[in-house]
Amino acid sequence: MDRQPLGPDRDTFPKLVIRNAERFGQRVAIREKDYGIWQAYTWRDYVDQARLIALGLASLGFARGDKIAIIGDNRPQLYWTVMAAQALGGVPVPIYQDSIEREVQYVIDHAEARFALVEDQEQVDKLLHIKGQSPRLEYIVYDDSRGMRSYSEPFLSSLAELVERGRKFEVGHPTYFDDEVARGRADDVAIICYTSGTTGVSKGAVLSHRNLILTAENAAAFEGVRSDEEILSYLPMAWVGDHVFSYAQSIVSGFAINCPESAATVLHDLKEIGPTYFFAPPRIWETILTNVMVRVEDCAWPKRKLVHFFFGLAQEIERARLSQEPVPAWRRLLHPLGRLLVHGPLRDNLGMRRVRRAYTAGEAIGPEIFVFFRALGINVKQIYGMTEASVFITIQKDGDVRLDTVGTPIPGVELKISPAGEVLYRSPGVFQGYYKDPEATRQAVEDGWVRSGDAGFIDHAGHLRIVDRAKDVGRLADGTLFAPKYLENKLKFSPYVKEAVCIGAHRPHVTALINIDLTAVGNWAERRKIAYTSYTDLSQKPEVYDLIQREVERVNRSLIEDEVLRGARIRKFLILHKELDPDDEEITRTRKVRRGYIAQKYAALIEALYGDREHVAVEAKVTYEDGRTGTIRADVRIREVAAAGQEAG
Amino acid sequence: MTGGAPGPLLEVEGVSVRFGALVALSRVSLAIDRGEIRAIIGPNGAGKTTLLNVISGFYHPYEGRIVFDGRDRTNLKPPDVARLGIARTFQNVALFKGMSVLDNLMTGRLLRMKGSFLLEALYWGPARRQELEHRASVERIIDFLEIQAIRKTPAGRLPYGLQKRVELGRALAAEPQLLLLDEPMAGMNVEEKEDMCRFILDVNEEFGTTIALIEHDMGVVMDISDRVAVLNYGRKIADGQPEHVRKDPAVLDAYLGMSHD
Repeated sequence: MDRQPLGPDRDTFPKLVIRNAERFGQRVAIREKDYGIWQAYTWRDYVDQARLIALGLASLGFARGDKIAIIGDNRPQLYWTVMAAQALGGVPVPIYQDSIEREVQYVIDHAEARFALVEDQEQVDKLLHIKGQSPRLEYIVYDDSRGMRSYSEPFLSSLAELVERGRKFEVGHPTYFDDEVARGRADDVAIICYTSGTTGVSKGAVLSHRNLILTAENAAAFEGVRSDEEILSYLPMAWVGDHVFSYAQSIVSGFAINCPESAATVLHDLKEIGPTYFFAPPRIWETILTNVMVRVEDCAWPKRKLVHFFFGLAQEIERARLSQEPVPAWRRLLHPLGRLLVHGPLRDNLGMRRVRRAYTAGEAIGPEIFVFFRALGINVKQIYGMTEASVFITIQKDGDVRLDTVGTPIPGVELKISPAGEVLYRSPGVFQGYYKDPEATRQAVEDGWVRSGDAGFIDHAGHLRIVDRAKDVGRLADGTLFAPKYLENKLKFSPYVKEAVCIGAHRPHVTALINIDLTAVGNWAERRKIAYTSYTDLSQKPEVYDLIQREVERVNRSLIEDEVLRGARIRKFLILHKELDPDDEEITRTRKVRRGYIAQKYAALIEALYGDREHVAVEAKVTYEDGRTGTIRADVRIREVAAAGQEAG
Repeated sequence: MTGGAPGPLLEVEGVSVRFGALVALSRVSLAIDRGEIRAIIGPNGAGKTTLLNVISGFYHPYEGRIVFDGRDRTNLKPPDVARLGIARTFQNVALFKGMSVLDNLMTGRLLRMKGSFLLEALYWGPARRQELEHRASVERIIDFLEIQAIRKTPAGRLPYGLQKRVELGRALAAEPQLLLLDEPMAGMNVEEKEDMCRFILDVNEEFGTTIALIEHDMGVVMDISDRVAVLNYGRKIADGQPEHVRKDPAVLDAYLGMSHD
């Protein structure tokens, strides 16, 4: 592969952060809301803090090539630690903070992490439990010392103590930090991102400084990202997306990141920060949409009518624009009124008034959700990315956004479609391989081309269109094409549907397992005075089945318009008695459905969907975050949906 | 650990309380050491809340005395007790329902606020500095109790378990030496109880606050307390470490006796 040149003074992230501190040391690099106030740290602070952490680690024997596991919410201290490890030629390995012990242990063992820096007692407890079986793990540092007083393990210290050690170490080794930074090279490993993997165990994608710097630069140039952007860093640090936006691109472009106060305050913090650059997986967009719709339904009717009218109007206009059709004059004339009365205030209320560009990534987004936010005047665009590509492969360019494509390749990325219809790509961001897994690497990469695992094609305008996961696209028993994710996203547009799994490959027809959204359906039930005791109870109410049936019928109706997929309408569905949960391995930590596992776990339910029973008794095992397990029992109903033609008559 | 005179932080010596002919407490003696978590348990009507009310000055004992930090202070009024460094929560949550969580916590700082009406009104000079200091210390408590997301929510709109947590926060805002908790876990589900236990332990560890808590659920208390006193019909029937109290025949009798009738 072509190696783009990177000057030796700017070929690693620590060097770039130091450059930022020299160029604009007093500008804000990181804000964190703490004690109710946004506390700001400049680029100068970034370097100073990372240096002390690095020297503290060095005093403990952290050497080049060592791995350090990083576990916790988005905190400045954890981002500094990423840089500190890189400055010493080490490798940060971020781990999802809500992982259960077994998952944490897998990554720590596999990555051979000698050190761990974690946020708080909760994470320390996980590590102490696994330390006995993970002898390589030597030293644990925690940031928040709350509840840690009675811990006396010699291999445990607070970040404050580590920084203190760093200060002392610096006295004897005044140039150590600068020397180590200078030894860094573009092709050193910058990070190992363990993918959450919809199939089997997670794999560690190795990314170099060159991969990340070039990709971040190319994407920033393609999109006109500036140094005065503000972003909210609220997605898990273990997700490559957060690493690229909150670390790589922030450093390359020199813009500020903002760490929310807590996971529960994210939407509120979003409003306070008013980011200019925002990224969210479809999941978050769905949550925001649900919150908006629940509030709209709670309004008095004149307000509700007004909102629905202008939502409808703006969506019609947006759809016409996206498909390059003319917009009728009356709509164009009314639109500014909608912006004044509804869209503008709502956008402001959501904290998206200043957004110049927002991305949805990680998974395909439902077209209805996408149109909804664009109609509000938020420049939401799809990006197509993968951990293995340092995220960016394609982006929808401003003014060239289509509903059914994911845009065009960013500079440096080449695309081709394999004879089997799979999307392949090649770019400077292509990873160095899976850590300690040459077999998996060989399967994924051939002659520098990476197999995306997605089925898709490039249309006449050069846009990439993704149909589905290559292995998920199937055919019904009679040969009709069936793309499960396409149907699921349509279902998920409903605020009442939180998750859906469609089944149909080699079957006579399509069926669906549906998860209701407790907030939205609970609210709906309360307004109708339907009493319920629990999620399970609510999910099996006949009224809720009627509600969801209407949503399924809506999806079936919309399918008629698609000539390729119209044969795959949903014939039967059931509502699951429990929420799909990453702790039960039904979805990944990034909330992607694990089809294989679900097909196995709910085999009895699925068989019932293809039988003629009207309900089926089930037991489901649930795993709590601390590893305990419990059982939920329920009697699940099955509902048949009439064909679209019939119910219209 | 807080300083002060040697000996226990609080001593209750032979205290009796009567309501007319009813003897609510009969010669109860009890010491609370500095830095410990002290539980007072007993069946319904055993006199637990009465004892707490005596300590916090709502009732005055008919006989006996109360020594706090080496000084006799048997007959102080509640505000004076609070000024000495004793804060409490109530069995039935007593928050200002229409006020935000933040404002509720700020009321916990009231006794520490001083200043002139005029300066306060102008929000100028020392008044402004003082307000900022108080806000900062309240924010530390909000962070500690992990209630950032409800900072601006009116207290009355919160679920019960969270209201209890806010009430604990308000008591903490007074930076007490001794914290009295009246059934902090009443009416909570298992998860909320576990959370509350963790907060109580953390308060004790982080701030060195001495804690006396009343509970009638034995299980929870045994796990987190250093010493447990058991009351029954106004008398103390046992006192000591949880594992001893658990096996005490008088205690078993009081509890099992209750559950059999």
